[in-house]
Amino acid sequence: MDQQLLGFRRENGKVGVRNHVVILPVDDISNAACEAVANNVKGTLALPHAYGRLQYGEDLDLLFRTLIGTGSNPNVAAVVVIGIEENWTKKIADGIAETGKPVSYFYIERSGDLETVQKASREAKEYVQWASELQREPIELSDLTISIKCGESDTTTGMGSCPTVSQAVDRLVDAGATVFFGETSELTGGEHLIAERMATPELKDKFMAIYDDYVGEIESKGVDLLGSQPTQGNIAGGLSTIEEKALGNIAKTGTKNVIGVLEPAEAPTSGNGLYFMDTSSAAAECITLMAAAGAVIHFFPTGQGNIIGNPIEPVVKVTANPITAGTMSEHIDVDVQGLLSREMSLPEAGSSLMDYLYRVVNGRLTCAEALGHREFVMTKLYRSA
Amino acid sequence: MAQNEHSAIATGEKEKHVAVHKFLIHHKGDQVGVATSDIKEGEKVIGVFMDDNSSIEVVANGDIPLGHKIALENLATNEPVLKYGVPIGLTTTEWQVGDYVHTHNIKTARW
Repeated sequence: MDQQLLGFRRENGKVGVRNHVVILPVDDISNAACEAVANNVKGTLALPHAYGRLQYGEDLDLLFRTLIGTGSNPNVAAVVVIGIEENWTKKIADGIAETGKPVSYFYIERSGDLETVQKASREAKEYVQWASELQREPIELSDLTISIKCGESDTTTGMGSCPTVSQAVDRLVDAGATVFFGETSELTGGEHLIAERMATPELKDKFMAIYDDYVGEIESKGVDLLGSQPTQGNIAGGLSTIEEKALGNIAKTGTKNVIGVLEPAEAPTSGNGLYFMDTSSAAAECITLMAAAGAVIHFFPTGQGNIIGNPIEPVVKVTANPITAGTMSEHIDVDVQGLLSREMSLPEAGSSLMDYLYRVVNGRLTCAEALGHREFVMTKLYRSA
Repeated sequence: MAQNEHSAIATGEKEKHVAVHKFLIHHKGDQVGVATSDIKEGEKVIGVFMDDNSSIEVVANGDIPLGHKIALENLATNEPVLKYGVPIGLTTTEWQVGDYVHTHNIKTARW
């Protein structure tokens, strides 16, 4: 492919494909101020979420990592951080500032929503006007970090949309890009296949420890996954067991070795290549974590038709299910139902997804972006104090 | 269009195009195929193996909706079932070739 790729190269050298000015709440009670700023200043994006108070330990660390990572994502040009009090608000802003991008922070105590909104709006306006002059420049595939996760899976996912993504993953890794996959509990039945692809014995041990811990946590509640895995949607789509679902899921991960095992929202540090990230299999939580680790475009194979989007990371939907492609066409970016009818070969399907990737990199809005899907959901490790 | 090669094994003089496959199988040796169109009870249907493009014919013992599975081997109760060449669970009843396969006759081997 000799099409040119154009992206936004940020202060730290990372490359984004969008140019958002984000208004980022540290906590739930600062959502209103953030949304007011986003209403005042056109072209900004508030990211309301449900948490940020009385969290502690590893759960608090993950909140901080997710917020700082979201602001640091190269799809984001500049950030206004708003929290209720100064300490945590400054901590988030300082973390984002390490990327070199413009960041300001405001806290609401001792001034109230209205004065905070007024000050933050003035700063946001400056950021938007500044960002509007940033230009896309030529980039390489190796500059990109792509995340993958499927949802509302059915048997067509394993036959069509996941193998399509697999083709793209192998081509991207060969081109020197970085790819994240996750969904820890949804590997059940095929976890040995992922373990075998770990690049070193240490990574294999780390992966299996994370997998055993996740499934052990579910079992420690006195339940198993049977009630939720496969989901009702999966069963309606013909998937009968978690093993069957997992094998379809794994069919999207390509064939390359896995060079790193990441904590949720942890940015990779071992160079470019394929990484596993410990995540939930719930789409919004998983993609939020992957975007916080720096992913700039997401490939989302779906069978029955998951409609997920993310505020800062464009989500590309791929389906091979002819019913879904027909009845939910406004959600489907890449239709590979030809794989089921055998009118399309797998390499052809992979090329159609790669062609679409180029267009999204260069600015084409995905279906989820055009429809306003902005699911931004924190992963909560345990209940707040 | 790869379907044409299957015309030879399509039987009968029905007007409808019976040559087209109605299910796919991931791997040679898998005990289930997946319907790529709705299959009716009693229908003789062609399946294609995705790994080597060879084909088989099976008579469906029940209605099988698109995306749902059809049995390709007779199996006893509590036997492992292969799909993708990997076990996806255990039979919970006896299976006959052509049976509709879903949660009523297969379960996870994990729990």
